[in-house]
Amino acid sequence: MNKNYFEIIRAGINSTFQDLGRNNLYHIGIPFSGAMDNRNYLLANKLTGNNHNDPVIEFAYQGPHLKYHGDKINIAITGDVSFKIKKGDNLINGECYQSFILENDDELDIISTNKSVYGYLAISGIFDLKFQWSSCSTNTKAKIGSNNGEKLSVNQKINIKEINNNFVHRKLNYVNTKIENIRVIKGTNFNYFSEESKKIFFKNEFKVSKLSDRMGMRLEGKKIENIIDTNIRSEGLIKGVIQVPADGNPIIMLSDHGTIGGYPKIGVVVSADYDKLVQLTPGSRVKFQEVDLSSAETLFKLYDLETQNLISQI
Amino acid sequence: MIKNISNLGDAALYCDFGKEVNKEINTQVIKYFKTIQKKNIAGVNNITPSYNKLIISFDLKKINFNKLKKVIDNIEIIKGDSIQNKKFEIPVCCEKEFSLDIKRLEEKLKMKEEKIYESFFEKEFFCYMTGFIAGMPFLGDLDENLRAKRLDTPRVKVPKGSIGLTEQFANIYTFESPGGWNIIGNTPLNIFDSTKEKEPNLINPGDLVTFKRITKENYQNYHE
Repeated sequence: MNKNYFEIIRAGINSTFQDLGRNNLYHIGIPFSGAMDNRNYLLANKLTGNNHNDPVIEFAYQGPHLKYHGDKINIAITGDVSFKIKKGDNLINGECYQSFILENDDELDIISTNKSVYGYLAISGIFDLKFQWSSCSTNTKAKIGSNNGEKLSVNQKINIKEINNNFVHRKLNYVNTKIENIRVIKGTNFNYFSEESKKIFFKNEFKVSKLSDRMGMRLEGKKIENIIDTNIRSEGLIKGVIQVPADGNPIIMLSDHGTIGGYPKIGVVVSADYDKLVQLTPGSRVKFQEVDLSSAETLFKLYDLETQNLISQI
Repeated sequence: MIKNISNLGDAALYCDFGKEVNKEINTQVIKYFKTIQKKNIAGVNNITPSYNKLIISFDLKKINFNKLKKVIDNIEIIKGDSIQNKKFEIPVCCEKEFSLDIKRLEEKLKMKEEKIYESFFEKEFFCYMTGFIAGMPFLGDLDENLRAKRLDTPRVKVPKGSIGLTEQFANIYTFESPGGWNIIGNTPLNIFDSTKEKEPNLINPGDLVTFKRITKENYQNYHE
């Protein structure tokens, strides 16, 4: 019997447990998964004094409304999120990137993410979860990971196995910035597309479609015209690959993506831009900007340095 | 043998074994896959074999494209690692509610439904790879006259158990997922079991598979 737990009053739209994801399983068709926005995931854990790879709750758009039962605990929320903490008759407006103490019967209402998709809730302690292939990450399509591979639902409990009695108040001054240009390396099938379409790809705006989730982001815009073959032999994929099916609308592979695909690859989003890419809401307009491999590697170094720098400020 | 190695984005190697798809080339790909897997190269996250390509993705914090390419260029393939062949017979129901794209195929292939099924059910398939979604087997080769392209716009939801065809291959959707293959039927058999961490896949590369047509009644009463 767990004495520390959250009661779920409202589950939110897509609230799942996530960590750093799982490796070495693409060959049997199991994707990486893990927190979509890696930087915000790491910051949430640091703000609550956890190990960098501990499980957190990821939510999309609308987060969960939780009631806490148990001993004093610290929580932190990262992303661009509106939330409230209810302590008896007292209603506190929450702020991202700082820790808050929850006590018995307090409520945490994660109202929404603002002009972004994902946010993260970490606790100063360890959720009681089942791991699969050494990760808790929930892949709801494959029904893999903790909570039987399902998103959180109302009337269930979130049990806490252990609380680390570390009630230091932690805070970070950080504001998420929105991305305007997504940097892309040309894909292995770049030459499958007409000269005109290659230009359009790097010049025109594309709109993020409603049909976007943890698996992929579908885009709409001027059709990308294929002049060689609209199919390729199915082959491996990685996150960030931009495939163009016969209808000419690009699809970007995200963390729960299929491990194999048969549509031509026009490009791959650079690793440095991935966290910001996944935060684009349906209706957002984006442009692609071409970079080469060595620039992409430098961009990643800068991204990683910035992340480490933020972590060390906490 | 690997003909060319290029980069797929900034965090993966794209090893190209040529344009052909056949068992010999696929066996080469699998041998490379097994050798690299055994080497446990620091920074390598995933190795994905397919018909004639091998994609190696890595952690950009630990290694980069040029360093890993050097390692793969100089790798020695383990000899004598033969691939085991298991045999499976997969039950399939082709009632209207399951054969979502049979009409499309009739039109595209200019063949009658019964001829399509006849040709499909008499074939023995070879499993080239698994993936896309967990445990999905890619099975070849379909007869020339059954080869069709994917749907122009992939479906957002293909039902679990669906049997799909595209080009020279057949596959089985191990659970509901998006997908663009031409769906001709559905199996009640569970092809992927995530509770078996060591061997979650029923069908693995190198295995041989045939399909057996069953009635709707058999489908509904099917017990594994």
